[in-house]
Amino acid sequence: MGERATVDGNEAAAWVAYRGSEVIAIYPITPATPMGELADAWSSQSVPNAWGAVPQVVEMQSEGGAAGAVHGALQAGALATTFTSSQGLLLMLPNMFKIAGELTPAVIHVAARTVATHALSIFGDHSDVMAARTTGFALLCSSSVQEAQDLALVAHAATLRARVPFLHFFDGFRTSHELSTIERLDEDDVRALLDETLVAEHRARALSPDRPVLRGSAQNPDVFFQAREAVNPFYAAIPGIVQEEMTRLAERTGRRYRLFDYTGHPEAERVLVLMGSAAGAAGEAVERLCDEGEKVGLLTVRLYRPFDAQAFVATLPATVRAIAVLDRTKEPAALGEPLFQDVVTALTERGGELPRVIGGRYGLSSKELTPALAAAALAELGRDEPRRRFTVGITDDVSGLSLDVDPDFHTEPEDVFAAVFYGLGADGTVGANRNSIKIIADAGGLYGQGYFVLDSKKAGSMTVSHLRFGPRPIGSTYLVQQADFVACHQFGFLERLDVLSLAKEGATFLLNAPYPADEVWEHLPREVQETILERRLRLWVVDASTIAREAGLGKRVNTVLQTCFFALTEVLPVDEAIAAVKDAIRATYGKRGQAVLDRNMAAVDRALAGLHEVEVPQVVTATAGRRPPVPATAPDFVRDVTGPLIAGRGDDLPVSALPVDGTFPTGTAQYEKRSIAAEIPIWDPSICIDCAKCALVCPHAAIRMKVFAPEALAGAPEGFLSKEWKARDLPGMQMTIQVAPDDCTGCGICVETCPAHSKEEVKHKSIDLLPKDEHLEVERERYEFFLTIPEIDRSLVQPATVKGSQMLQPLFEYSGACEGCGETPYLKLLTQLFGDRLLVANATGCSSIYGGNLPTTPWAQNADGRGPAWSNSLFEDNAEFGLGMRLALDAQEAATRALVPVVAPELAAALLDADQTTEAGIAAQRARVAELEERCRGLRTPEARRLLPLARALVRTTVWIVGGDGWAYDIGFGGLDHVLASGKDVNLLVLDTEVYSNTGGQASKATPRAAVAKFAAGGKRTRKKDLGMIASAYGDVYVGQIAMGADNPQTVKALAEADAYAGPSLVIAYSHCIAHGIEMKKGMEQQKLAVDTGYWPLYRYDPRHASAGEHPFHLDSRAPKLPLSEFMSREARFAMLGRAQPETAAELAELAQRDVDERRLVYEQLAEIEHEHAPDESEEEAE
Amino acid sequence: MTPDLTTTYLGLPLRSPIVASASPLTGDLDTLLELEAAGVGAAVLPSLFEEQIEHEQVDVHELLEHMTHSFGEALTWFPELDDYSTGPEAYLEHLRAAKAALGVPVIASLNGISTGGWLRYARLCEEAGADALELNVYAVEADPAVPGAAVEERTVALVREVRAAISIPLAVKVGPFYSAFAHMAGRLHEAGADGLVLFNRFLQPDVDLETLAVEPRLVLSTPTELRLPLRWIAILRGRVPVSLAGTTGVHDWEGALKLLLAGADAVMVASAALERGPAVVQELLDGLRAWLEEREYVSVEQLKGSLSQAACPDPAAFERGNYMRALVSYAPGAGLRGHDPAGR
Repeated sequence: MGERATVDGNEAAAWVAYRGSEVIAIYPITPATPMGELADAWSSQSVPNAWGAVPQVVEMQSEGGAAGAVHGALQAGALATTFTSSQGLLLMLPNMFKIAGELTPAVIHVAARTVATHALSIFGDHSDVMAARTTGFALLCSSSVQEAQDLALVAHAATLRARVPFLHFFDGFRTSHELSTIERLDEDDVRALLDETLVAEHRARALSPDRPVLRGSAQNPDVFFQAREAVNPFYAAIPGIVQEEMTRLAERTGRRYRLFDYTGHPEAERVLVLMGSAAGAAGEAVERLCDEGEKVGLLTVRLYRPFDAQAFVATLPATVRAIAVLDRTKEPAALGEPLFQDVVTALTERGGELPRVIGGRYGLSSKELTPALAAAALAELGRDEPRRRFTVGITDDVSGLSLDVDPDFHTEPEDVFAAVFYGLGADGTVGANRNSIKIIADAGGLYGQGYFVLDSKKAGSMTVSHLRFGPRPIGSTYLVQQADFVACHQFGFLERLDVLSLAKEGATFLLNAPYPADEVWEHLPREVQETILERRLRLWVVDASTIAREAGLGKRVNTVLQTCFFALTEVLPVDEAIAAVKDAIRATYGKRGQAVLDRNMAAVDRALAGLHEVEVPQVVTATAGRRPPVPATAPDFVRDVTGPLIAGRGDDLPVSALPVDGTFPTGTAQYEKRSIAAEIPIWDPSICIDCAKCALVCPHAAIRMKVFAPEALAGAPEGFLSKEWKARDLPGMQMTIQVAPDDCTGCGICVETCPAHSKEEVKHKSIDLLPKDEHLEVERERYEFFLTIPEIDRSLVQPATVKGSQMLQPLFEYSGACEGCGETPYLKLLTQLFGDRLLVANATGCSSIYGGNLPTTPWAQNADGRGPAWSNSLFEDNAEFGLGMRLALDAQEAATRALVPVVAPELAAALLDADQTTEAGIAAQRARVAELEERCRGLRTPEARRLLPLARALVRTTVWIVGGDGWAYDIGFGGLDHVLASGKDVNLLVLDTEVYSNTGGQASKATPRAAVAKFAAGGKRTRKKDLGMIASAYGDVYVGQIAMGADNPQTVKALAEADAYAGPSLVIAYSHCIAHGIEMKKGMEQQKLAVDTGYWPLYRYDPRHASAGEHPFHLDSRAPKLPLSEFMSREARFAMLGRAQPETAAELAELAQRDVDERRLVYEQLAEIEHEHAPDESEEEAE
Repeated sequence: MTPDLTTTYLGLPLRSPIVASASPLTGDLDTLLELEAAGVGAAVLPSLFEEQIEHEQVDVHELLEHMTHSFGEALTWFPELDDYSTGPEAYLEHLRAAKAALGVPVIASLNGISTGGWLRYARLCEEAGADALELNVYAVEADPAVPGAAVEERTVALVREVRAAISIPLAVKVGPFYSAFAHMAGRLHEAGADGLVLFNRFLQPDVDLETLAVEPRLVLSTPTELRLPLRWIAILRGRVPVSLAGTTGVHDWEGALKLLLAGADAVMVASAALERGPAVVQELLDGLRAWLEEREYVSVEQLKGSLSQAACPDPAAFERGNYMRALVSYAPGAGLRGHDPAGR
């Protein structure tokens, strides 16, 4: 038996992959990213593989690139691997065909994830793996963390012997992210199973000039077919080889696996067939039903390809009469899902009397498969006429395919202790729980399991931790259903969520409350009181927030509550547990220094004194209940669909509630009032200087400015604040700066940016952050009124100025991006400038998540119902996607132009030659188009009918292609380059955070020299790609490099110019990010430093000025006035390297300063260059 | 005969009385070596600031923990670096390197905020090989409820505890703002200080008129500042049996000589070396040597304290008389501005 350890599936698989490889090509994609991160971290720490060498780990520009690098490494004789998921796997497919076709041993480890269809989903199912069925890879499936480790080794061993490459997969999130106590393999196991003779044979087949061969030929109809059939014997041998390797593993470890494993009644009549993590839940259901005397069983598939029909049939009990095959994928229009079809084929070919086989889908996008669902499928098999095709786990009221489920069927073992914790991302709950599991597994000798349901919102994100402990390995591969212990780490959750829904009778409920034990009852919502009484819960309270704050831990209440958890549950003896908590703190935070340890230790020591049991009254006394998720006045869809999603009841929605094609209404974030700020900005008009900067920089559109006629104040609530608008452009107008108190995240960027302060007391600014609770009611009322003030007539303002743009309504609001996000202010500005005529193509990444992750979207509409229309295609294709939109608009415009003279000749001149360069011009054109449409409706000609749906193409629509640096610099660069070269009127906005932000800060080619990032743990050694210069080299591309925090007017101007330029435009926007390691409220200040030190030069390259005597390249930022170190020393991404590797840091910092100096020199020279020739024809056309 | 420049400071024999005071110059091994080559008798490393270490540890911790394990696609935001230092390691490493590279004594300097911190870091400095430890006692007591006596008591207790924790010589660098500094000096001696370094120069706040921000700044010393340590060294010499080091305002050999005459065992330089480079130490020693030679002094030991209050012909000059004479010697009006009209 190996040593025990508590790890997640990614780590379990990556450990083996790393030990068994020499070349590892990586690329981030959820949920496989941690495998690559671990490999990179180990490599940078010089951890050796099983043979003593440190693997080469290389980050590629895409999964396609990773697969290519793996293919090449294999051809040159190395052992190579990679990790991926979902779309990433799809990008690897072409190389996978090649690798398999050339009979090359290799393993790809896949955390199986949903392939995007009507929507993207980061969660787990088998749709990606099923798309790889035809590549010729063997497919080996692990259904638990233990297996993710063990079968990873089987895959690496078997591929060497079989020469056929393996795709080893396990369920994304459920297995990849589940913490579980497993028996570890050691290096000897790896060496024992990976036969070095076979490694030598692999090397002997490699390309080498010493024994040259040609591989990768092109073949003709004469031989291709025969050559393709030549591989058959190798495939035929695989099942035998895999079983042998499984047996060898068993001989070393005692853990036995077979190609197909059967559990249940030896004479079962009804059997479930499935693969992946659902085996855990289904196994529990089968065990329970067998105990109840039913003849049922479960067959778990491990080697899925090649599908060994004989072994499958042999594994089934001879008594079986009915089989339900559960597939975790959907193949629309197929006769059945793939595993179902394989089972049917295998049985048919066996001949004899066939059992009834039915096929069902379950678990798409990590939808839970609980024991009750498995039982429902078995129950279906017991019916006289079971449904041939079904779904389980949803309510399908459209096709009627879903099975009914017994909600009271629970199988959680009696000797397992289950606990559920509700926390905030910011309070450290998950980190502490991860530690608790390890403590209990290590100190208590128990087996632990942890699964964490995390948020897709970043600001104010909520976490739910599901922990189990028991004397045996825990196979309950589903969320806790019956908790012995429930902890609510944030009192505010009580009024939003049913935190006690999982508490079982007599459970312990630990509540972090700002009230003492004898007062807290009165503050509990009615539903909470009812549940406590009904289920006879024991209620304990602790004011963890105060204890943590006093211990110097800020909002991180985790240590306090973790200590209380151990004290209350007695999973371990309390003293022992507290000692173990302290040891864990030392182990986890030791590196962070004594001050951090001291504070955490103090929190532990003070926790128990603050923990008190509440004497629960016998009656419900509360009058107030939980508040509804959305207001009753919300539109029907929001109330009926969005509301349940917000409340965490999305699982209950039936099929009919959802759109059939992934189309959702915009403007819904306004209904999701999360009220997460502790402090909000409060305006003092007496010192306001009307600069509008607060509204400009707000990442959440939660502080706004309106300029309006005084009459608009009629009906204002008492005390509503406004002041005279001072600028002469709009005489006699009033203005108001107003916070949206329930939408503000309290990030403080607006206050940091506000330049106006009191003359009497400098610290008092025109906006100050003040405690929300004291201002909430008043500000709510004021904001409600503020929204009713009419928006300004767009034709009255100059949009391309800071003040002008901020008078306009933002149509991007209240996103779930990080507090203080550096990207969203640019998007919001974009919508103020062009939102009512904007199409957005959005690359996958942070912006597609805060922009398009349900339940709500920040993309909004104005009072006329106009606003940005938004779509996300993929990560890699966004520029092309946006170009397609442009082409469609151009095609429709061209068609319209041909029809107008026929249908309405007298309107043609005005319509077709309209000046749409101003807001007034656009408004006039809209009116003309409306008239044209009216005309069309009145005519019965075919031309009029054709023109009517096209007419609006005559109003200028602007296409913005938006994404991060991972897209623009790396995975989408080829497409971006092509689109820039197209000459078409598209605008590209790169929100440059200089790392892959959404997946956790991996280096991209935008990452600067000397910064630490994931995949560049030792500091990035090469300089950042100068994307703007590459684009400007085309000559006819408008290029702007901007940083809002450094120069607001230049930002607004560049976006406006880019939009006005009729050819391709590229705007690269510096976006501060939490992955920079900065205090986010200082984000704009950092942007200014970036510019002042020359780190981020501001410039605009305008092709319209590339003619006689003009300078197209305009360098907007002045010569650096501070050394680069002033900027770098304030960001952890640079500063950490100085602490870890001072010499490397110093060397790279010097090079980075040189980069800045040299670039400045080059840019200054560029700015001097006059262009002599007039633009060529194509450029004229572009204008 | 070449005069003997050796002296004894904190019980350590020094080859010359010029000591490099804590400054960025002693924070860099290359400039430390230049200072040694220029003739310093010892070097005091920059202060290890407990407050800064704590602040940085907590800052780094908060930045690295911020938003971790809260979002499904990104459990963390930074690579877990194998080995990094947010504590005193970099300082101790520098101390060890300085100790290994230099022949002259290396004195560590420490500025703590908590009793635990003072003791922990004092021990670490000793373990890393410091020849002596200088406690940089500096706190602005802003609480109107705390009397001076309490501040003094705290400082004395601190010195006592550190003394008990380490066995290397201990110097205490203090500011001049005590009502009865001579008494305080005696208490520090009784608490176990082997030497006093006079005086600490504080970071003083300044106002940025552009941003209206208060920005603490350290400005380099000027030669006139020499007079404060000169007075107190002269007064303490022979009264309190501790080593005395003069610091602040030593910009030329004349200044160094004055402090030695008043009774300093060592003269510390920082601002002059920052302004003019480590070679300034050579200038100081040359001037000192020439003066001693010209007047036929045989050694610094002979010179030390020869003009202390106890040894000078006009002891009152170091007390009130000094003030009286300064007033009457000024031109009318100029004296009211309270600074040297020569601008030095």
